[in-house]
Amino acid sequence: MKCKRCGATAAINMRHHKLALCGAHYLEWLPAQVQRFIEKYKVFTADDRLLVAVSGGKDSLSLWDILLRLGYQADGLYIGLGIDGGVQYSDQSHQKTIQFIEKFWPEAKLHVVDVEQTYGMTIPELAKARRRNDKPCSVCGLNKRHIMNRVAVEGGYVLVTGHNLDDEAAVLMQNTLRWQTGYLARQSPVLESTHPKFARKVKPLCRFYEREMAAYAIIRGIDYIYDECPHAEGATTLFYKTLLNQLEANSPGAKLSFYLEFLRARNEGLFKETQEKVALHACDYCGQPTSTPGLCSFCRIWDLGGEPERSRSLVFDPELQVAAFESADAIEN
Amino acid sequence: MVKLIFRSHQWEVKPGMTIESALKKLDIDPEAVLPTINDTLVTTDYVLKDGETVKLVAVVSGGGQ
Repeated sequence: MKCKRCGATAAINMRHHKLALCGAHYLEWLPAQVQRFIEKYKVFTADDRLLVAVSGGKDSLSLWDILLRLGYQADGLYIGLGIDGGVQYSDQSHQKTIQFIEKFWPEAKLHVVDVEQTYGMTIPELAKARRRNDKPCSVCGLNKRHIMNRVAVEGGYVLVTGHNLDDEAAVLMQNTLRWQTGYLARQSPVLESTHPKFARKVKPLCRFYEREMAAYAIIRGIDYIYDECPHAEGATTLFYKTLLNQLEANSPGAKLSFYLEFLRARNEGLFKETQEKVALHACDYCGQPTSTPGLCSFCRIWDLGGEPERSRSLVFDPELQVAAFESADAIEN
Repeated sequence: MVKLIFRSHQWEVKPGMTIESALKKLDIDPEAVLPTINDTLVTTDYVLKDGETVKLVAVVSGGGQ
């Protein structure tokens, strides 16, 4: 198969776009498409300061790379979760992130929050203490959302995550099958801030296939963490992704139209009635907004006091500690 | 023969077939992988040559949001 632009051997064929491109033209095409999406959905502007949540995976590193190539002011945030899983997963993902900075963007700024250093336990330890031995995923998600939001708000950033089309379509399918209209109403490329302590959250990759993002990382030479999180095995999202891939194999473009037509319907007000305002209170401990009086869900999960075998109570400093990573090049300069 | 590697699995297929046919034969979802030869991406219409090794990169990731 030949590149549609130059006739060289194609590196990727996107059946949904009826477009095959060589590596060089793909590296031009994808950032241009991301820019088009950013403008079309008013995701952010050149004046915004962006905080990209990076995990060492293909989506987040590629996203950070694309935004920097497009000239945006984009800093990174890495959260050390303390996941080992027999493969030192968190250490590996941190290392991949630092290698990416050193190879491509030595001047880039990376904020680092280590959960164990900041709060006293790793995510798997916290999940175990909360008797959620089977899957720490909900504990992990709650912690990541809280930390990302706080770093973004306190730094005056727009929070940018690397959710791709497959992630969004899988969640959409899950929510549609259960008609969870409240979740459907909130699923959007842009979540506006509804409170001074809630960051604006955006997903500029949400119309790009997961294989397009993996292809970008491979062609660009980004060395990302290839292994799945050890706790992701058997996750529901992966099951829906498999189903959607089977659909896509028989009907190219099915995933894209499923998601984009949902966005169109949503923008036309399909779920407007379910978008209700929730009264917010300040958390008694950390001051973050919460829908229930008392502690917010983040502080509740860290509040391990009051039970015999759990001697810890809320001992972390409510002021979040964020370290800054400087690459060797940046230090020398 | 041509070697195909995907995660910890390894198969051998006959040269002369396309990657698309090989994936079909091995029941691997073509949407879930990216084929590479010598670390270079190739499209699934690529005709396999004797002695080549195709590494299939998994593209699916994620467990929760």
